[in-house]
Amino acid sequence: MEESSSTSNSTSNKGVKVVGFWVSLFSQRVRWGLKLKGIEYEYVEEDINNKSPLLFELNPLYGKVPILVHDGVSFPESRIILEYIDQFWPHNPLMPLDPYHRAQARFWAKFADEKLLDPAWFVLNLEGEDQERAAKIVSVHLEKIEEMIKGKKYFGGNTIGFLDLVLAFIAYILPAWEEVASIKMVDPSKFPGIATWTDNFLNHPVVKTEYFPPKDQTLSYYKCRRHELLPLYKSYGNKIWTYIGTQ
Amino acid sequence: MAGSGVKVLGSWSSPYSNRVQITLNLKSIDYEFIEENFYMSNKSERLVEANPVHKKIPVLIHDEKAISESLVILQYIDEAWTSNGPTILPSDPYDRAIARFWASYIDDKWFPWLKELEKASGDEGAIVGNIFEGLMVLEEAFVKCSKGKDYFGGDNIGYIDVVLGSYLGWIKVIETGFGLNLLDETRIPGLTRWAQRFCSHDAAKDVVPQTDKLVQFFMMVQATKTNSSSG
Repeated sequence: MEESSSTSNSTSNKGVKVVGFWVSLFSQRVRWGLKLKGIEYEYVEEDINNKSPLLFELNPLYGKVPILVHDGVSFPESRIILEYIDQFWPHNPLMPLDPYHRAQARFWAKFADEKLLDPAWFVLNLEGEDQERAAKIVSVHLEKIEEMIKGKKYFGGNTIGFLDLVLAFIAYILPAWEEVASIKMVDPSKFPGIATWTDNFLNHPVVKTEYFPPKDQTLSYYKCRRHELLPLYKSYGNKIWTYIGTQ
Repeated sequence: MAGSGVKVLGSWSSPYSNRVQITLNLKSIDYEFIEENFYMSNKSERLVEANPVHKKIPVLIHDEKAISESLVILQYIDEAWTSNGPTILPSDPYDRAIARFWASYIDDKWFPWLKELEKASGDEGAIVGNIFEGLMVLEEAFVKCSKGKDYFGGDNIGYIDVVLGSYLGWIKVIETGFGLNLLDETRIPGLTRWAQRFCSHDAAKDVVPQTDKLVQFFMMVQATKTNSSSG
């Protein structure tokens, strides 16, 4: 489990706290975002499988991580937090600077969480034909991501940006889910652009030096989740397809 | 620059389309509105070209660039036209984050309950309970965000106003269809009065559809779905 970095004493960095969960890909986005901006923060670990009163105090509507606490105010939702960080500390911008490319970044970030992540979660927690069907949906949507990365080092261009952080789960979480669920989702021969971006991203100096969930623990964690959720999702039957939609 | 290269592919009946129209009106931006039969399974070529990923309305076309997803469009309008009056998103980073948070709550959590009511079979009670609970949450949000003024955005219509306000047509349809009093002044006085103010605002009054037109539209779409051979 994870430990805190020291709180900075500089005024603008006053009281930056991240409430997160060690393996949460959403918490991780925020941690990388702050690191890219050189903002020191205090990390508070929350066990999302055993939620504390603090979590509900800070996020009464959803009781989820991550939550950013800054100067005594707090709010949740990783994409909203990233935009806040970018606006409050404008150096090393995470978002593109012009309105059209900012719109594209927001569009694809929403796409990533709804059209990629949701079906991929079902790939982890289903089996047989259902699992293959979910994996096919992931594959179709990944084609759009592959199109986007063509000719670019990062989704942000020459530097890591907002969309790289949002899509980061492709680089390290999907491979873990593939291993746990024994099924391929991101085939490097089918998605060479994504494969190259994955290498670039994981070897980025900031990504490498900030906290990263340990691989073995990540695999064990998701093995447990799959074990718990498999029977539950099976019992949903066809309702799953209404939820994640078809291609 | 009036009218220069701004088009909206949308529909009078769609709240997502309405919010784009209302925002353009707030900013006094002229635009060409192109009605799409979005509920038909065969989408127009124009729509498919403009939004190949989702094939959905609304799409804003500005200087031949297409932007889709209503909340993305709203933020684009705010950022692309900086000298057309106040921004609809607050300028303070924290207030802006809170505005985004409430927009996402309204779209992703609260409004889906209203849609579920349509499909409900036997569990309407629980869904209605959620809807009312959500309204109490939004009433509290209104009190906090408005700080005693007319709108979530303060003196002027802002982001949350447009997002929630664009649903008012459909909220009234649900009230009529299910015999519910959602905008009840005794329960949610702030929001009830806000709703009246919003619907009569110049930017919104000709955009938020009338209840009887929407009811007719809803019944027509249901009939189309029943009669069509594919989903």
